[in-house]
Amino acid sequence: MANWFASLDASLRDAVFVVGVAALTNVACALLGCYLVLRRMSLLGDALSHAVLPGLVVAFVMAGSLNIVYMLAGALAVGLLTTFLTQVVHRQGGVPADASMGVVFTSLFALGVVLIKRYGQGVDLDPDCVLYGQIDLVEFYTVNLGGYEVPRALVSIVPVLAVNVAVILLLWKELKISSFDPALATTMGINAELLFYLLMALVAVTTVASFEQVGSILVIAMLIVPGATAHLLTDRLSRMMLIATALAIGSAVLGYAASLAWNVAAAGPMAVMAGLFYLAAALASPRYGIVSTLVRNAQTSLRIVREDLLAMLYRLEELRVERRLGAREATKAIGAGILGDVGLWSLARRGELKRVDGGLQLTDSGRRRAAGLVRSHRLWEAYLVQHLGLPADHVHTPAERMEHFIGQRLAEHIVADLQDAHQDPHGRAIPAPTTTVPEVATETRRHGDATDEGTEKGGRG
Amino acid sequence: MPAPPLEIHDMTVAYHRKPVLWDIDLVAPEGQLIGIIGPNGAGKSTLIKAVLGLAPLASGQVRIYGLPYAQQRHLVGYVPQRETVDWDFPVTALDVVMMGTYGRLGWFRRPGAAERRLAQSCLEKVGMQGYAPRQIQQLSGGQQQRIFLARALAQDAHIYFMDEPFAGVDAATEQAIVTLLQSLRDGGKTVFVVHHELQSVRNYFDFVILLNLRLVAAGPTATTFTRQNLQQTYGGRLTILEEAAEAVRLGEPPR
Repeated sequence: MANWFASLDASLRDAVFVVGVAALTNVACALLGCYLVLRRMSLLGDALSHAVLPGLVVAFVMAGSLNIVYMLAGALAVGLLTTFLTQVVHRQGGVPADASMGVVFTSLFALGVVLIKRYGQGVDLDPDCVLYGQIDLVEFYTVNLGGYEVPRALVSIVPVLAVNVAVILLLWKELKISSFDPALATTMGINAELLFYLLMALVAVTTVASFEQVGSILVIAMLIVPGATAHLLTDRLSRMMLIATALAIGSAVLGYAASLAWNVAAAGPMAVMAGLFYLAAALASPRYGIVSTLVRNAQTSLRIVREDLLAMLYRLEELRVERRLGAREATKAIGAGILGDVGLWSLARRGELKRVDGGLQLTDSGRRRAAGLVRSHRLWEAYLVQHLGLPADHVHTPAERMEHFIGQRLAEHIVADLQDAHQDPHGRAIPAPTTTVPEVATETRRHGDATDEGTEKGGRG
Repeated sequence: MPAPPLEIHDMTVAYHRKPVLWDIDLVAPEGQLIGIIGPNGAGKSTLIKAVLGLAPLASGQVRIYGLPYAQQRHLVGYVPQRETVDWDFPVTALDVVMMGTYGRLGWFRRPGAAERRLAQSCLEKVGMQGYAPRQIQQLSGGQQQRIFLARALAQDAHIYFMDEPFAGVDAATEQAIVTLLQSLRDGGKTVFVVHHELQSVRNYFDFVILLNLRLVAAGPTATTFTRQNLQQTYGGRLTILEEAAEAVRLGEPPR
């Protein structure tokens, strides 16, 4: 294997080392980050990564060098201490959770800085190194392990990642219930507080192990961004973890490529990539995404325009207006611009409208749907007058808004509540229920409302 | 004589040394639907939390069937207030119900097919079988409450503590929940329900605990839910208890 690896092109080997170490580090952070995001304590990673500094200095002084085992032990001790102090300040001092976090972590960080100045001569605390880490130099720091030269970074990050994965797999249900409903978990004997400390201990250790390799920016980014992105994309915890893992690896690969192209340290571009993934998810996520929201809104607007056109033509028929309305006139009458034209086109395509002698004419199926809408409109008017005591000249506009959202079930409830469901407050007849169901009902069905099953039949005549 | 499902001796509950429930002494009968009634801030939820070990006891003790809670966890089911959890959490309705089995499983063991079947049948009992794969945010308030109840059923307990199960639910759900509670009671379970809608108390509960910082009365609804007891529970501010609590908090008698 050594031969195989040594024979690789130097730049390729460099790439494998850097991307490999970064990916492992990112994944270790992102897995824990999922829990932090779900517990709404994302910034805890940021805070902890600063607060462990005094622990590191004490470890350095005791070990006399940057020994990773001492450093992790120091981080673990101070990580637990800070978590404890934060809880104490929050509970006993009556300070809000975020402020208590700020108090404890800044104080400890400052204490760490003082300790370095006083005792830490020779500690390698180069600001650049703290921000970006040494990821680009990863292959120059190697240790000899069983005859192979392996990057020193792997010796610290691989065990940490393994511990994180093992804890998450072993305590999957415990971490899940204590994150979702800590009170119930505790009453069941799954001590939520204990698990919280365990999680914080893992965050502290992971932060320190990752810190040296990739720097604080990437650690903090990876503790928050992949988890937050994954949460946008799925509503299952297991999938969230897998997606966060994939994003963490993807950030390492693409970030490294970008760092080559831009000729900068790799940690920055990796964090930027994670941010870009988040942006893409925020735009395109099926449930929460901006694009899908826009599409949904546009679909609703179009439906409303279509329905307004149908209802208007129905009312003209009702008034026995002989002359047929032209397309231009119709869209103008409902106050719709281009969307009106799209609406007319889509109505024609659905076979609810046809053009006769240059004018618009409802088909039978269109007339049925229109009758349903006008029925909803007038039922709502009657309801507002009878039950909300509104004067008859105030009810048209609200009914114009509501007619698009009254499904069959709600209409039945309104009828049951009205003294007279045959006439609206203006004295016009309320059309009888038709076999055609308004579009709104099919809409609900599409979102999976099991109780509305079967209402769609006959919808598209 | 067998030990009662819940026995509280001289229990005082305090947050930051400030007492919020004073000297509660209580024995609850088995197999009844028991309402915990009182005004806002009376300590109704605190009573439940203290029994379940979630709130600190300043003094006194709690016994579940004669033993401390820690030894009797498996006999107790808990339904917290709906708004105490984050419904945006990435779990399905079935996942949440399955959580009811976690206590029985103990550490490390994962729920399997048996637990899944049980959770499925609990969903059926609350009329939510069609909603198993839904993410919980997509459920209405009443449906979320039913999921919580299904989870409690999955705990398969002898005693249930429910914190405001009727809060924010529609009339149909309230009726369904009442029916479910009654069937639990008829099956020999003891069910404690925090409730603050006075009109329905007589219809819903066999036994009431009237609470306002201290125990006002506890007994069968017919004889305990009286105008006089209600006046004591709701009437007037308990200035002396509040002043006393404040004095303890300050650590000295106020001048």
